[in-house]
Amino acid sequence: MLKLKVNEIDIEIEEGLTVLQACEQAGFEIPRFCYHEKLSIAGNCRMCLVEIEKSPKPIASCAMPATEGMNIKTNTSKVEKARKGVMEFLLANHPLDCPVCDQGGECDLQDQSMFYGIDKSRYKENKRYVPEKYMGPLIKTQMTRCIHCTRCIRFATEVAGVPELGAIGRGEDMQITTYLEKSMESELSANVIDLCPVGALTSKPYVFEARPWELKKTETIDVMDAVGSNIRVDTYGWEVKRILPRINEDINEEWISDKSRYACDGLQNQRLDTPYIKKDGIFKKSSWEEAYEIISKKIYSTSSDEIAGLTGDLTNMETLFITKEFFSKTIKSSNLDSRAEHLLVNNHERSNYLFNSKINGIEESDFILLIGSNPRYEATMVNARIRKSYLKNNTEVFSIGDVGNLTYPYNVLKNTTEIIKEIVEDKHEVSSKIKNSKKPIIIIGQSLLKLDSANYVVEKIKEYLKINNKINTDWNAFNILSNNASTVGSYDLNILSSKEKNNKVLKGIEDKKFKILFLLGLDEIHFKKNNEFIVYIGSHGDKGAEISDVILPGAAYTEQDGFFTNLEGKIQKAYKASYPPGDAKEDWLIINELASKIKSKELYKNKEELEKSMMNYLKITSSEKNNNNFENFNFVNEKINLNEIDYYYSNVIARSSKTMSRCRQEKIKFKDTGTEV
Amino acid sequence: MLNDNDRIFLNLYNDKGADVISAQSRGDWSNTKEIFSKGRDWIINEIKTSELRGRGGAGFPTGLKWSFAPKELGSRPHYLVINADESEPGTCKDRDILRFEPHKLIEGCLIAAYAVNAHKCYIYIRGEYFKEGQKLQQAIDEAYQKKLIGKNASNTGWDLDIFIHYGAGAYICGEETALLESLEGKKGLPRLKPPFPALIGLYGCPTIVNNVETIAVVPTILRRGAKWFSSLGSPKNTGTKIFCISGNVNKPCNVEEEMGISLKDLIEKHAGGVVGGWENLKAVIPGGSSMPLLPKNICETIKMDFDSLVEQKSGLGTAGVIVINKDQDIVKCIARIARFYKHESCGQCTPCREGSGWMWRMLERMSKGEASREEVDMLMDVTHQIEGHTICAFGEGSAWPVQGLLRHFKKEIVKKNNFKPLISKNKNIPYLVDQHLLEKENA
Repeated sequence: MLKLKVNEIDIEIEEGLTVLQACEQAGFEIPRFCYHEKLSIAGNCRMCLVEIEKSPKPIASCAMPATEGMNIKTNTSKVEKARKGVMEFLLANHPLDCPVCDQGGECDLQDQSMFYGIDKSRYKENKRYVPEKYMGPLIKTQMTRCIHCTRCIRFATEVAGVPELGAIGRGEDMQITTYLEKSMESELSANVIDLCPVGALTSKPYVFEARPWELKKTETIDVMDAVGSNIRVDTYGWEVKRILPRINEDINEEWISDKSRYACDGLQNQRLDTPYIKKDGIFKKSSWEEAYEIISKKIYSTSSDEIAGLTGDLTNMETLFITKEFFSKTIKSSNLDSRAEHLLVNNHERSNYLFNSKINGIEESDFILLIGSNPRYEATMVNARIRKSYLKNNTEVFSIGDVGNLTYPYNVLKNTTEIIKEIVEDKHEVSSKIKNSKKPIIIIGQSLLKLDSANYVVEKIKEYLKINNKINTDWNAFNILSNNASTVGSYDLNILSSKEKNNKVLKGIEDKKFKILFLLGLDEIHFKKNNEFIVYIGSHGDKGAEISDVILPGAAYTEQDGFFTNLEGKIQKAYKASYPPGDAKEDWLIINELASKIKSKELYKNKEELEKSMMNYLKITSSEKNNNNFENFNFVNEKINLNEIDYYYSNVIARSSKTMSRCRQEKIKFKDTGTEV
Repeated sequence: MLNDNDRIFLNLYNDKGADVISAQSRGDWSNTKEIFSKGRDWIINEIKTSELRGRGGAGFPTGLKWSFAPKELGSRPHYLVINADESEPGTCKDRDILRFEPHKLIEGCLIAAYAVNAHKCYIYIRGEYFKEGQKLQQAIDEAYQKKLIGKNASNTGWDLDIFIHYGAGAYICGEETALLESLEGKKGLPRLKPPFPALIGLYGCPTIVNNVETIAVVPTILRRGAKWFSSLGSPKNTGTKIFCISGNVNKPCNVEEEMGISLKDLIEKHAGGVVGGWENLKAVIPGGSSMPLLPKNICETIKMDFDSLVEQKSGLGTAGVIVINKDQDIVKCIARIARFYKHESCGQCTPCREGSGWMWRMLERMSKGEASREEVDMLMDVTHQIEGHTICAFGEGSAWPVQGLLRHFKKEIVKKNNFKPLISKNKNIPYLVDQHLLEKENA
């Protein structure tokens, strides 16, 4: 612990902090533009200058390490003069764009010039002009406003791993650009918009939409992938205007992926706002009463084991729980499953389907093995952490199969299950690496769980790790990477029709056993409709609504309170930010009303009761631990093929989003026909 | 005046030949092995006693700089880097050393590398000195051939490899940390100090960066003794220096002279006097364009060494003496210097990037007479805002010439500039109809 003085106040700080951090701990805020906690130190804005006793000129506090016995002064006239001087220089060439600049109201330059700057500028020359650059469909650039803090360059090079941004030119003519005039290749590219302290980099889809003080801010959870990044949804009236990240050091630090940020304009398109009933092959609008009538009539005339249900990938846990209750108490059928394909799940123990090392644990690990997963497109924030671990500790990464550019170097192994067999039998070089590493991480993706030998692989790997003491009380090296926001939650709530790989419901559909099928927001249709009576409850009209007979409009993730469990097993609450359009209702309400229609008794009186029952259920099931490992499993040497990942179209909200289509076009480079907006 | 037998650079005008054999006949490479046998500590001590100060502009004591390098060779190799990026306007001394006395430099590299535990030496030459670099490469090849450097250099048991790297026309790469960045292949942007290059330098390894002239005088000092070197000049400003006299003189030249020689002697005896006579002198910039100028009355009696010039609020710098006489417009001269600094600014930190352009534009207007009186004081304020608030010393380098001008020639600028903006009078706004309602009592 070091002792030093800040403005005549004695404080004690730990080693390794800079003067700026020491002053913040003492309670004195120091203005800065280029310093950011998660990026490397640049020290080039010179706004953070403070006076130190022994030095004749002021020093940059963001770069100077704090040492014992320092005497720091932040409120002398010298410091004030330095701040005013630097602010004058920054505003000398900065255009007077505040009325038309999107950053107004949340602009660092505005705030700091109010507190630390001068009142009138003395600059009488002409201001420089920098032409705009093209950085893709997400980032709007007005480089004249740039103050060259270089935060975007450091972010792109270090955190995102794409060294595409750089500064060309020297002196006054320095310009930040991608030079190649193409969009930034990374899925974390839009985070530079949050980083830019001025309005040089702003959000293109959100351009000129609203001022920050007009927006209502709601803190909620993102569902575009299973990571459960913490976001803040900004709404103007009933419309979601934009999504910004919230700081959560354990999960997403300060970043979110492009999909989480921009798929929100899909919440306005393709929405289901009234119930529809299919008559003679055409959908006709109807009322809730009529829809409920038809469904309950159909249910009375069918036996329980001919009714089945499948839940989707954006469903919150209350809806899943009430669906489960609906099926078990009202319909009395056990044919409910949350998997859209034949995937292996062993939910006797929670650690069998979670990302056990925790996202924070990636930073401490020294060896990572990827099996059948592409973390860059499946869980972008996990990939960012792996990259952080690679930069910090030079972690070795191996992947079974070539998964493309992951923004960090990795060794490729042949993508067959034979290799895994060799590893667990200690016949491969990777085995010794696993044994010698203190905190290895093995990540298994969903593509592996589809295979015939999935059972074998999963059990054998677990056994191998247990034998070599890589699964113990401190550390669990076995991780499964889920793709969807509701996967882990549905496994926790036991929404499975059978153990193991056999998805009884899916098999039943393929064997044409069912007469009525409930689809709860499910749009990954891997089966062919065969004259079943399909009821679709969801928010967007996509593949699921297309094949259904009755459509009941539900609410999306920003329009209802709900719990989501992320891939680490952490349960987080998402809050309601706006209202669903038209006649649409919250999902749990629809099921409740349907149940009261069928059995004349609703399942729950209100949402609090539902929430309490769900929490109780989770508590009970988590205390039951049944160590049933599978006995018979056979090994087949097969290729591990990665699922085709269409990153920008991966879920129904993204598919309805204009911004996602534009991003996708950039990637595939369709030729412009000249009629695009 | 310097005695001929006290001269260090005997071939500054290339009348004797620059190849290795002529160099050896002049005394280079004569007893390198004996110098080594006296040990590393003796070498560093001798340089410390000789009070040799860096000849690249900053004047930092060389012995002290060498002692900053870690004494023991750790896990990281040490490097010696020679700064031959001579881009300071008015300076041309290193060029002559590279062309005509390369072997002094090479021998100096060997001794300095031994003193700081380095086995590799990089000489960073500015890209415009291509022919000089070629001549230096020739000399290095000759030295390799004669086994004076390379493995077991000169039979001393020390390995040394010397590599030349060319710059590409940036003044900022003469700054030591920007030079290291450029050598590593990145953009030549100066680094923050601390950490200093002596601990974390080239590729993160301890590096000592020295100017060409500093290293070139090291072998002679060690051969003839530190006492001899410190007997020349005055305490803390010892030895000889190559002065580059240019501007409005009759015979611009490079001349090696004792430190502390009076400026008048220097100009009259070696450069043939000011064009139009001594009385025609207006100002002298004593140390390359980064230093503030000195008006005639100070030039009468000033001595050319580090401390005396600092007392007069100027500096010796690289000893590139630029003489300006009364036929020149001094404001235009300084405006041209400001334009140089605006062009060469690297753009990393805010004060220098915006401030150098601002100062140039103001000076341009002042030289044309289009500025107002208040702007002259504002210009002084702006220079104080840049100075001391930048990452490297470029900020001071761009602010000092302007300060020098304003300190000594303010009257001249003010006489020229009478510009008044169009709207300066208070308009007589007619009485507003409801003005009386604005008064609180009537509200």
